[in-house]
Amino acid sequence: MTDTSMHAGEGTVIRKTQRRWGESFIQGWLKACAGISIFTTAAIVILLVVESLGFFQNVSPIEFFFGTRWVPLLEPSSYGVLPLLWGTMLVTVGAAVIAIPTGLASAVYLSEYASDRVRRWAKPLLELLAGIPTVVYGYFALTFVTPMLKVILPDIQVFNALSAAIVVGIMILPTIATLSDNALRAVPVSLRQAAYALGATSYEVTTRVVVPAGLSGIMASFLLAISRAIGETMAVTIAAGQTPNLSLSMLESIQTMTAYIVQVSLGDTPSGGIAYQTLFAVGMVLFAITLIINIISQWILSRFREVYD
Amino acid sequence: MSAPETELQRNHDEAVLELQEVSVLYSGKPAVKKVSCQIYKNKITAIIGPSGCGKSTLLRSLNRMNDFVDGVSIEGRLMFAGQDLYGKDVDPVEVRRHIGMVFQKPNPFPKSIYNNIAWGPSINGYTGSMDELVERSLSQAALWDEVKDRLHDSALNLSGGQQQRLCIARALAMEPQVLLMDEPCSALDPISTAHIEDLMFELKSRYTIVIVTHNMQQAARISDYTAFMEMGHLIEFGETDQIFTRPNVKRTEEYVTGRFG
Ligand SMILES: Nc1ncnc2c1ncn2[C@@H]1O[C@H](COP(=O)(O)OP(=O)(O)OP(=O)(O)O)[C@@H](O)[C@H]1O
Ligand SMILES: [Mg+2]
Repeated sequence: MTDTSMHAGEGTVIRKTQRRWGESFIQGWLKACAGISIFTTAAIVILLVVESLGFFQNVSPIEFFFGTRWVPLLEPSSYGVLPLLWGTMLVTVGAAVIAIPTGLASAVYLSEYASDRVRRWAKPLLELLAGIPTVVYGYFALTFVTPMLKVILPDIQVFNALSAAIVVGIMILPTIATLSDNALRAVPVSLRQAAYALGATSYEVTTRVVVPAGLSGIMASFLLAISRAIGETMAVTIAAGQTPNLSLSMLESIQTMTAYIVQVSLGDTPSGGIAYQTLFAVGMVLFAITLIINIISQWILSRFREVYD
Repeated sequence: MSAPETELQRNHDEAVLELQEVSVLYSGKPAVKKVSCQIYKNKITAIIGPSGCGKSTLLRSLNRMNDFVDGVSIEGRLMFAGQDLYGKDVDPVEVRRHIGMVFQKPNPFPKSIYNNIAWGPSINGYTGSMDELVERSLSQAALWDEVKDRLHDSALNLSGGQQQRLCIARALAMEPQVLLMDEPCSALDPISTAHIEDLMFELKSRYTIVIVTHNMQQAARISDYTAFMEMGHLIEFGETDQIFTRPNVKRTEEYVTGRFG
């Protein structure tokens, strides 16, 4: 504080606000960037809505939402989205069943039990798992997981929901593990000390103080991972096949919403036809589901954020 | 260096804890050096000394809260009810059930007032009436009247002073024999501090209290015994009156009279 103008007293001059050009330039640039992403999102939503409206002029919403057959490209066509929704759900629930317990257990281990040394190599390893291209997971499912499953389940088809669910589960595990680990570590040490000082075992401290205190972050990590699983495309397209199916069995080929979009996008569907419009209707459903899940997880996070203060 | 044996032998206070040449080391570096003294039943013992002299370290070693610090090791013997607290077959969890602790910063669980109190007893298999225990503990901590109508509100909505009393109540609910307090008033205003000091007087009849404090007046006001530490050594231990009016060691006198440099 050698600047004398900082000291009050005789001759103190408070300078008028000056334009700081560098600052306003950076501000403008940041605004432009934010503007681009908002514009893009808005454009996508508008496109989805407009094209879906076009679709619903040809197909009744009742048929779309409640129909049980999805045969958009062949005659006689049928536009019931339920088989695709079902396919997505089968894979997502399967993945969640695998990833939630393992992911949470890894997070608890990493934050409460692992030594610093273990954590130092385990965390990057988990992040590496998250960095593997999803197409690799698809081929891993097809060429490794399914053949392994065939040993125990001889009836399994080459393309099947189970192997897709398994690899998607592995794929979203790092999301759950790292985000839950962060949530658990954000629980103040003083709470753990309080619990230990009351004669709690480390198991009791973990399950009855730390996990409940970090619950909002943990739930948010589950939802984020689930929304990733729903949106997952390449692995399920490769591993689960292209057969819209309301089957209860995970050993059969199914088709998810994302896999359908890939299928149609890659084919030479003429733009403007109903088949083309189905892309947007299905995309709209997908978008709505993930949006709702993300909103819920944001709400959970903000609702409980200040719980320790 | 040695405690004034003759004076201590004159009184008939019963020792609950006996430290025999206790040293605590962090990664081999001693923070507490060969401390020997006794903690007397139903008395308040204050530990005073300059910052960094090892007060908290010594206090935490009394209920094995040091176990959580990486690289900590302990030497000497710490006798409690005829057993060495650091003996091979002693379960540290069990130790902490008998020797409770209140921390410098209030640390209530993000749960209701009621559940903060009930938490310890319930994990330890308490079978009596929980409502009664909650009321009794809160009353003992002089908090009952203030919170009896909002037992199911979050403990985090209480003021700092109330939170600290809640933490005391939570520790009392375990009915410990010894209560360790590490600067329990340092985050509190004078009125809350006075509240807690009054409270300690009340609690003396049922519990043995060891308190670390930086506040000389507080130590003089509330404690029966005072331990003065410096650089890990126990410089002097004795009845509070004697430590503050006729200390045997020059450094003690310098410290308690504020001529410490
Ligand atoms: N976890 C730890 N790891 C390593 N050294 C530590 C640790 N905790 C304390 N120490 C060291 O041990 C010595 C005693 O610390 P301690 O916290 O017991 O002092 P204190 O008397 O309570 O001080 P204060 O009055 O400031 O609270 C200090 O030199 C401190 O740096
Ligand atoms: Mg301290």
